[in-house]
Amino acid sequence: MSTLTTWLRDPNPASRMQSRLGQSYLSWLRLRRNPLAMIGLLITAALLFVAIFAPLLAPHEPITQELGRRLLPPGTPGNILGTDDFGRDILSRILYGSRITLYIVLLVILTAPVVGLIIGTVAGYFGGWTDTILMRITDIFLAFPKLILALALVAVLGPGMENAVLAIALTSWPPYARVARAETLTVRNSDYIAAVKLQGAGPIRIIWGHVIPMCLPSVIIRVTLDMAGVILTAAGLGFLGLGVQPPLPEWGLMISAGRKFLFEQWWVATMPGLAIFIVSLGFNLLGDGLRDVLDPKSASK
Amino acid sequence: MTSIPAPQSRLIPLLRQIGGTVVTLFVTFLGLLMVTFFISNVIPVDPVLSILGERATEAQMAEARERLGLNEPLWKQFGIYVGNTLQGDLGTSIRTREPVLEEVSQRFPATLELATLATILGVLLGVPAGVIAATKPGSFFDQSTRLIGLMGYSMPVFWLGLMGLLLFYGQLEWVGGPGRLDAGYQMSLDFELTQYTGMILLDTALNNRWDMFANAFSHIILPAGILAYISMAYISRMTRSFMMNELGQEYITTARVKGMPERRVIWVHALKNVMVPLITVIALSYAYLLEGAVLTETIFAWPGLGSYITDALMVADMPAVLGGTVVVGIAYIGLNMLSDLLYRLVDPRARV
Repeated sequence: MSTLTTWLRDPNPASRMQSRLGQSYLSWLRLRRNPLAMIGLLITAALLFVAIFAPLLAPHEPITQELGRRLLPPGTPGNILGTDDFGRDILSRILYGSRITLYIVLLVILTAPVVGLIIGTVAGYFGGWTDTILMRITDIFLAFPKLILALALVAVLGPGMENAVLAIALTSWPPYARVARAETLTVRNSDYIAAVKLQGAGPIRIIWGHVIPMCLPSVIIRVTLDMAGVILTAAGLGFLGLGVQPPLPEWGLMISAGRKFLFEQWWVATMPGLAIFIVSLGFNLLGDGLRDVLDPKSASK
Repeated sequence: MTSIPAPQSRLIPLLRQIGGTVVTLFVTFLGLLMVTFFISNVIPVDPVLSILGERATEAQMAEARERLGLNEPLWKQFGIYVGNTLQGDLGTSIRTREPVLEEVSQRFPATLELATLATILGVLLGVPAGVIAATKPGSFFDQSTRLIGLMGYSMPVFWLGLMGLLLFYGQLEWVGGPGRLDAGYQMSLDFELTQYTGMILLDTALNNRWDMFANAFSHIILPAGILAYISMAYISRMTRSFMMNELGQEYITTARVKGMPERRVIWVHALKNVMVPLITVIALSYAYLLEGAVLTETIFAWPGLGSYITDALMVADMPAVLGGTVVVGIAYIGLNMLSDLLYRLVDPRARV
């Protein structure tokens, strides 16, 4: 272990990999000093763990109905968080629901930032008319009320998980384009880009191989901070019945099911909301901490 | 040949900027309409079928098609759509067969009232919290406002609304429930009150019905408080970072060296300069609240624009959904631009 840390802290790294890992190690040390960020990391890790091992952790099937055990309060033996109006165990549904949440988040962060990166780097690299047109389109999308646009899109496309993901992705790419363009402008005229150009590299290769990697850190910070927003929007669409459809255990959908008997059986709506809250808070804490570590400009010092 | 530029009044560059802003405004507005137009055209439902019903004859269908301009090329249809919207024609609701604009303008004051009260509360709480946090960075107060703010970003607003109802209405009975008034007062709203603005708090006050005012207040305070919490999270965070930046400036050091009381340095000198970027932030959070009201209004049965859109969604009343979207979009774009203009007017450095 100690040889590993010496290797990581070596001021004269022997390879590119060693230098990169050493940098990450230093960032990690800084992140570790921030207790709130560590809590965020813990929550995120727990979400991953729960999503992977849901079938092993859940005491009951998430969809099987047991009408004899309807609306049992929390603390009932066998149903720690109680049951819903179909006698389904709320804890099991929340555990399985983490898979849906994670799935939606992954789909969105695999699409929206990629689209934003491409548009932003192309606009920033070529400049001129390309830049003006692409950024005008970006500004138009930025000026929209996001949630309402997503609502209208899903209303037309029809409710469902894939369409919800599409709507969220379509409304969340513009900030990434902005960030990527700003980063591109700072590296566009640097010497190493000129050197690559002289070697005969075309624009696609320069953007892909030399511009996009420079944009990645700021985009990653943005992604972490956006994940909570994605979870909240997805839950909102689910709550309105426009996202994931029953009987799937999506958290927003579970809250809307519990709304009917909020005052009598409070736990049905409360528990899934707590799950959303904890997970989003985890992402927000982690993103906040990561920003302080990776982006010294906006550090809150 | 060089010539010395004639001294110009400062008004002309400002006017030019305003002109530029108006052009941007119009382009963005066209973009908004392009998106809603696109949405309404990829819709799998035949608009003729939904108007005439399934029993219409082939000839009636063709006639309606002609009348609605559906045989025209797409760009011409878009032109007609833009023209109609500019004249205030947002189409007819399928559900009620009323013009969408009329329905939307009836609903708008309720949303405006909610968002305005929430913004006022958010500013009153958020600005002082941000200033105090900035004066003692790293302190307990700073850490807790940061955490409270992050919690605000992490809670689904509809869930927060339900929890608020559960606690303050169901358990403690401190506030009125869903709706803008108790059922009893709802009757007198229609018959006894002159509705000047459509905003209940103002109308009841103007009519000197303070009993009704109190009732309306008990209904609005919970949804407004919840929205205020979310805008406070944003405003306090931004205030803190602007203030930190300002306190590092040299004129602050000068003021302190002169022996000015610290309270005056912070709350008068620094805050005055922080107010400039804050205007932008407040306008943005106001725009955001107009949108955030959608889910809140659904929870609190608040008869505003947000619940109008979601109600229409449930019955696939697309003209109503898109009309509502266009109105919220215009308000949103307008507030964005307004904040931009205000910023330029107030901050001399932004006038190039």
